[in-house]
Amino acid sequence: MTSGPLQRILFAVYIAVFFLYLLGPLMVMGVSAFNTPQYPQVWPIEGLTLDWFSQLFADQDMMYGLRTSLWIGVLVVAISVPIGLAGAIVMTQIQPRVRSAYYLVVVSPVLTPGIIIGISTVVFWREFTTLTGTKFLYDGIILTVIGQSSFISAYCMLIILARLQRFDQAQQEAALDLGASYPQVFRHILLPFLQPALFSAAVLAFLSSFENYNTTTFAILSEKTLTTVLAGRVRQGSTPAISALAVIIVGVTIVGAIAYELWKRRADAAAERRLRAAQAAEESELSGAAAPMAA
Amino acid sequence: MGATGGLTLVFGLPLAVALFFFGLAAYERRMGLANGPGFFQRNGLAVGLYLVLAVGFWVFFVIVLPQFSMVDMSFRPKLPPSQMGGPKDVFTLENYRYFLFGSTTSTSSWNWIHIKAFLLTIGVSIAITLFNFALCYPIAFHMAQSAGAARLRILLLLLIIPYWVNEILRAFAFRVLLSSGGIINKLLLGAGVIGEPIDFLGADVGLYMGLSYAYLLMMVFPLYSAIESLDKNQIEAARDLGAPWWHIHLFVVMPHAKPGIASGCTLVFMLCAGALAAPLVLAGPRTLWFTPIVYDRFYQAFNWPQGAAYAFILLVTCVVFVLLVLKMFRLSLGEITR
Repeated sequence: MTSGPLQRILFAVYIAVFFLYLLGPLMVMGVSAFNTPQYPQVWPIEGLTLDWFSQLFADQDMMYGLRTSLWIGVLVVAISVPIGLAGAIVMTQIQPRVRSAYYLVVVSPVLTPGIIIGISTVVFWREFTTLTGTKFLYDGIILTVIGQSSFISAYCMLIILARLQRFDQAQQEAALDLGASYPQVFRHILLPFLQPALFSAAVLAFLSSFENYNTTTFAILSEKTLTTVLAGRVRQGSTPAISALAVIIVGVTIVGAIAYELWKRRADAAAERRLRAAQAAEESELSGAAAPMAA
Repeated sequence: MGATGGLTLVFGLPLAVALFFFGLAAYERRMGLANGPGFFQRNGLAVGLYLVLAVGFWVFFVIVLPQFSMVDMSFRPKLPPSQMGGPKDVFTLENYRYFLFGSTTSTSSWNWIHIKAFLLTIGVSIAITLFNFALCYPIAFHMAQSAGAARLRILLLLLIIPYWVNEILRAFAFRVLLSSGGIINKLLLGAGVIGEPIDFLGADVGLYMGLSYAYLLMMVFPLYSAIESLDKNQIEAARDLGAPWWHIHLFVVMPHAKPGIASGCTLVFMLCAGALAAPLVLAGPRTLWFTPIVYDRFYQAFNWPQGAAYAFILLVTCVVFVLLVLKMFRLSLGEITR
């Protein structure tokens, strides 16, 4: 806005306070992971140690929960991305008069509290598996995957839908005119066009699944994931090993964010190059076609 | 759910909806409202089947039927498995009666503990929503309208990092920060502001801060993307015409950013009201938040129908809140979930 010196200073203070609020607690927790006292302590620093990390890796339950969480994340990606893709395509093809009703139903999980999704999943599948005699499906991991998929599929659908709306129908018509069948258009034109959105959806699906607690804690039954084990540990009392876990997660996030940034830049650059090459080819074709006429 | 009735519904509902779409397609074709290839002609059999099965499974078996069976269960008495579907398995309001009166039969005294926890949850969630909006609006505006590209990337990165630390760890960070031997108390003691440590966690300061903190970004991102789409020239024009800064925000930026504001507010409210991790980790010994009560209905009292009723009360509250916000902002659902 109009920036007098006072306003500038006030705004700088505000930004500083905002990020102190946002990052301060994580930093404090991070420091306590390297400090020696039994209780997570930031100051005074009584000695540097990595013991809390080794204690974390020696925690059998935590490691078991981590494995389960990774498995669930992979399964959720494998289910939510295809469902989200189908949901988005159906959104563009469904009869206009029922479109808003359909939208309401598929977006509702995003606006439903996570614990309610967990509860309803458990209640329904307990009854369904009893009624149909498929009790073996009533399993913590399966239920968690289904419960998480309900809203993660909706996230995926919204991401894919945003890109799908930029899809140029002329491409599809051109392919059909040139004799491609509809499945061929889907396979060779639509999917490659959607590929960046599918990738983003997969990343978001995995991360959302991995960090989810509210839905998981109901749907997991007697199984354990990283977040449910963690909740138990935190309730028992504070140990710096929990801080150590946070340090690892923040570290992985930063590395992942930077890798994603680099990947995106490279993808943007490649797209730019392709565009230039196409333009150059078009120009040379035009001038090549014009040359004989001039002669 | 009765055995046959339940199964009829589970398989009948998807079938009925499939027939409805088949009928609708035939009707539109006959009336000349639709032309071009039909659904399966258009996608081919394989892709068409994939679309129908994937969306069908999602809509019915993951979204609609589970919600339906939760609501159904909330209106039934608690029975041992052998009596389910028997003569005693009838519709009843006893679970809701328990929420209001603390007893499944008498209505003589109110169940103040649960009612208070419920009202507290709703009130605090609304307060946190407003607080987060006030805190996040300036930074969202700055990022969307005046920050340079390089700065924007850094700000976004700084915002995203805490977002992927899960809720329990975020709450735990506040416990480290605010506990009686924590850094804040040490600083205050060291500066001589206070004589003895303040019990932030017992006074619920920790819980409220933790909740606000956990869902800060759910407010920033919708606001940012809504303000970003506003043409800078509109602000310039308003300023050239002599509008003071608060006029510009109130009458130019905010009306444009309405969908983002509504979407941020509904998300933060819903997440706060449904938060389970922060209350478990940060609530003081005397605090009652509504979601842990729901949890205890299931896994402490083992009274699932009662838990289902409590969950349904929470769900209805959230739906009402979303509808109120939409009405207040005169928006449709499609505009806020973008």
